[in-house]
Amino acid sequence: MFRLEARSATPAWFNLALPLIAIAATLVLCSGLIAIAGAGVVEAYGVMLSASLGDSYAITETLVRAAPMIFTGLAVAVAFRAKFWNIGAEGQLLAGAVASCFVGAIPMPGYLAMLLMAVAGAVAGALVALVPATLRVKFKVDDVVSSLLLNSVIYYALMALIEGPWKDTFSGYPISPPIEDSANFPVLIEGTRLHLGVIAALIAAPVCWFLIARTTLGFRIRVTGENPEAARYGGINVKRVLISTALLSGALAGLAGVGEVGGVHFQVMSDISPGYGYSGIVVAMLARLNPLGVVPAAIFLAAVMTGAEAMSRATGVPAFLSDVIQGTALLAMLVALLFTAYRIRRVGASS
Amino acid sequence: MSAVFEQIFQLGFLAAIIRIATPLAFATLGEMFSERAGVLNLGIEGIMLLSAMAGFTAASLSGSLWFGVLVAVLTGMAMGALHALFTVALGLSQHVCGIGVTLFSSGLAYFLYRLIFGQQSVPPSIKGFETVPIPVLSDIPVLGQAVFNQFALVYMAILAIPLGAFVLYRTPWGLSVRMVGENPRAADSAGVSVIATRFQAVILGGALMGLAGAFLTMAQFNAFTFGVVSGRGWVAIALVVFGRWDPWRLAGAALLFAFVDALQLRMQASGLGHIPYEAFLMLPFIFTIVAMAIMSRNAVAPSALLKPFRREER
Repeated sequence: MFRLEARSATPAWFNLALPLIAIAATLVLCSGLIAIAGAGVVEAYGVMLSASLGDSYAITETLVRAAPMIFTGLAVAVAFRAKFWNIGAEGQLLAGAVASCFVGAIPMPGYLAMLLMAVAGAVAGALVALVPATLRVKFKVDDVVSSLLLNSVIYYALMALIEGPWKDTFSGYPISPPIEDSANFPVLIEGTRLHLGVIAALIAAPVCWFLIARTTLGFRIRVTGENPEAARYGGINVKRVLISTALLSGALAGLAGVGEVGGVHFQVMSDISPGYGYSGIVVAMLARLNPLGVVPAAIFLAAVMTGAEAMSRATGVPAFLSDVIQGTALLAMLVALLFTAYRIRRVGASS
Repeated sequence: MSAVFEQIFQLGFLAAIIRIATPLAFATLGEMFSERAGVLNLGIEGIMLLSAMAGFTAASLSGSLWFGVLVAVLTGMAMGALHALFTVALGLSQHVCGIGVTLFSSGLAYFLYRLIFGQQSVPPSIKGFETVPIPVLSDIPVLGQAVFNQFALVYMAILAIPLGAFVLYRTPWGLSVRMVGENPRAADSAGVSVIATRFQAVILGGALMGLAGAFLTMAQFNAFTFGVVSGRGWVAIALVVFGRWDPWRLAGAALLFAFVDALQLRMQASGLGHIPYEAFLMLPFIFTIVAMAIMSRNAVAPSALLKPFRREER
């Protein structure tokens, strides 16, 4: 007989081992789908790997894809640390994209425009995240459902904009006017799409780590998440911490949208985010809510996404395999996390 | 002449409301059973999509629509069982698992659809369900054509509401569901298996979500597209809160949403575009968020919602 037994502390190597186990399990499970599609498993994964991380251009493409997920991953990680259940990174990203597109279309010197785009996008994302947080602290409204529902509200607001006042009058397409050329984020390596926003994402991760691990606010966020009673007893204003966390989380998700507008699309359209907000949840869970872990986790998902397209062209396996991998990875990671709370013990049949 | 036009307009309008409300009625009932037992199922969006795809595929390959419906229901039940396995048996976080189930099921639906049907310029379609007029009742002016000349699945949805209410409020199993959702500890003391009851409720919920998906691809659109569900699962999550976890109120909420949706479709079609139609589509979400804030003072949500149950923990 085996039984689960509560565990009080986890060894440090778990932080690295669990995501790797979850990813390995995911790739094994999804290899069944590759086999069903009639392709060689090793060949398909091989193409995915070489097309996403095999050469320097592929690596830049993967990094460009990872940047928004680093931001949404950080947004979710920070929020979940305080047990503010922000499922709304998708809507916050869209709000950030719209706000930065609005600012980017105003003629002004390039670097000023980029700065203001980032500020506007972060503020917009933060304001959206403020809604579920305020509803929770003021009215005890469940933040899971309210933040999720806001995604649809923001999406329809975006659609109303691009099918209404922003609609391209010349072509009739539902896309916003482009931002000013001078506001396009500079490309760092000639001939690639690697833009300034990617560097910003890579810097944001250690900054968030420092904030969570080494500052008073970070301490408050952690205590509020781990034990709100103790936090209250220790004189921490839990409600204020939740609001601050929401503002920070929403701002990070908003920046994901800024990067997509300033560095990739230069305008807003209905499919500007292929679910990067939801991917942020996968990223944050794989990272075990550690901001430093968010970077490799986001790069993993980005590599799967860019690699899947090449794999599809080479082997005929539908590129949607990347969506299955994403969902499976999240579920596998959740199961793997059980080992942090419990250990499997062998017990005698008599007990 | 204009009076005749108005009549047709009204007839079609009522029928449209009923058709828009049908998948929502199934989906909200399914989500309600799950939540009543204490399990939030955010997998609903993906479960509906995967069921819609599985049902459509089965129907188009076998040529039997009812076989397609069966496959959709079984798919919904399987995904419900998966969600229950994670959240009930393993006690994992319900919202993160739900998002995981949605990502997994949607990914699987896209993947299998592309694998089976390939990439075609015109999506393959099937000859979907035809309307079945009910004798006598369909002759009632106005209401008869709108309500009693519908797809069989519509009648099933109309029957599912009183049946759902009966099961929830008048059967021992319904009592067990409400007990494990309100006070699992007490239910356990009374000899009700919390784990088994929650599993059953989430799987029943999955079956209903499967019916919702089946209606979309086999009666409403007669084809599968990647946007066939397009947020209807999230609408159901909202309507369950708005309808306060009660089958009758849920039916009302689904009809109200369907009315607003049908109205915005008319306005879009007639070009009366002073208000962007998206404003109407936003309404149910905004209403629900506001309603949640107002209702929170008298808590009506199942008390044990989102809380895993482990017998040995006190």
